[in-house]
Amino acid sequence: MSREQSSREESPRAAGPSADSIVRAEGLVKTYRTEGAAPVEAVRGVDLHVERGEFVAVTGPSGAGKSTLLHLLGGLDRPDGGSLWLDGKQVDSYSEARWAVLRRKKIGIVFQFFNLVSNLTVADNVELPALLAGSTPRQARAGREELLAELGLAGKEQSMPAELSGGEQQRVALARALVNTPSVLLADEPAGSLDSKGTREVLRLLSRFHQRGQTIVLVTHDARMASAADRVISFFDGQVVDDVALQGGGGRRGGGVADVLELKG
Amino acid sequence: MRLPLLALLSRGPAHGYELKQALEKLLGSAYPQPNIGQIYVTLNRLQKSGLIEGEDVAQSTRPNKRIYRLTDAGREALALWFEEPTDEPRVRDEFFMKLALAPQTGDVDQIGLINKQRRHYLNAMRDLSKLAAAEERDNRIPQLLIEGAMLHLQADLDWLERCQEDLEEEQR
Repeated sequence: MSREQSSREESPRAAGPSADSIVRAEGLVKTYRTEGAAPVEAVRGVDLHVERGEFVAVTGPSGAGKSTLLHLLGGLDRPDGGSLWLDGKQVDSYSEARWAVLRRKKIGIVFQFFNLVSNLTVADNVELPALLAGSTPRQARAGREELLAELGLAGKEQSMPAELSGGEQQRVALARALVNTPSVLLADEPAGSLDSKGTREVLRLLSRFHQRGQTIVLVTHDARMASAADRVISFFDGQVVDDVALQGGGGRRGGGVADVLELKG
Repeated sequence: MRLPLLALLSRGPAHGYELKQALEKLLGSAYPQPNIGQIYVTLNRLQKSGLIEGEDVAQSTRPNKRIYRLTDAGREALALWFEEPTDEPRVRDEFFMKLALAPQTGDVDQIGLINKQRRHYLNAMRDLSKLAAAEERDNRIPQLLIEGAMLHLQADLDWLERCQEDLEEEQR
């Protein structure tokens, strides 16, 4: 614990938790118990806050527990201990039904493997969560049209997910996650199954929505993706080991790529 | 800088400033450009070692300019350059030395060192992302250069993670 604090002192961090925090977690714990196996402490006492409009990346090696953390934040998994507030409301004791409502209205989630409904069209995949959240068909349609156009998917409305490339499917998933203008977008390795072009595309779109004020929590093992965020949390063995606000530009000596790659001769 | 200049001259004779412009156009803003002075110094050296030869061309309104062309020896040196594989990149040995020697000093925390280094790399990565965004997307060579730099950094970050895993395990 002390090393965590000492490494935090000098860090150019975002301000501490405020009443306005979108996500606030205190002492979150999640242990997986399977019969006959040793319990796995996936998340071990995590304190975390994400402010409105922040773009936070959580990185770390596979198995560090970062996806579990994201699942706890999205209510896809329940903590064994600790407290969780979303948009000012304490939610850790919510029932499954209340979580379902909360997820529809306040939380958008994208996964590595898109998880689109395979027998619904692109348009229906995006409109469905809007309808479930209480939008009128007209509103759902308008929201869907705007997002698909924005994401470069105009003309694909009647396609089935399987007819699209991975990058396109992830963009549909992004549209679906954003259609109810959630308080926070949770993204779990959203480029994990995409090629480098698809990865850049997802990154560009996340940055664009962030610039418009979307709060984003991105879990990734890819530092290139993490570096698009304002703040990077290093997750290790179920705990936060570092939490740093990225400045970019400014403080660096020298210029360009030469610090990393150098022509010889 | 010597061999890149020879490579540029293999297209045909050129003067120093043309070479500088060709290099800038090729590599883009991602790569810090050599200044014209460095280029002239290098050209002089190449000439002395017989890899290129220069010829003064008179200009009516300005001083003479010197046009350089590749010699046979230069062509050979260039062919050899392309023939040989390039050395593999070196591990960032200065950080490695710090990490390796930290326990000897007694008051430097290795995990703290790793965290500090990771921050530095992440900020560098962010700079590279910005550079990539600023550079024309279809300007392939600069984009590839930036991507190469990012992949190197990614590898350095993965390696930091590896060090951290090992140290944490040892401490437990």
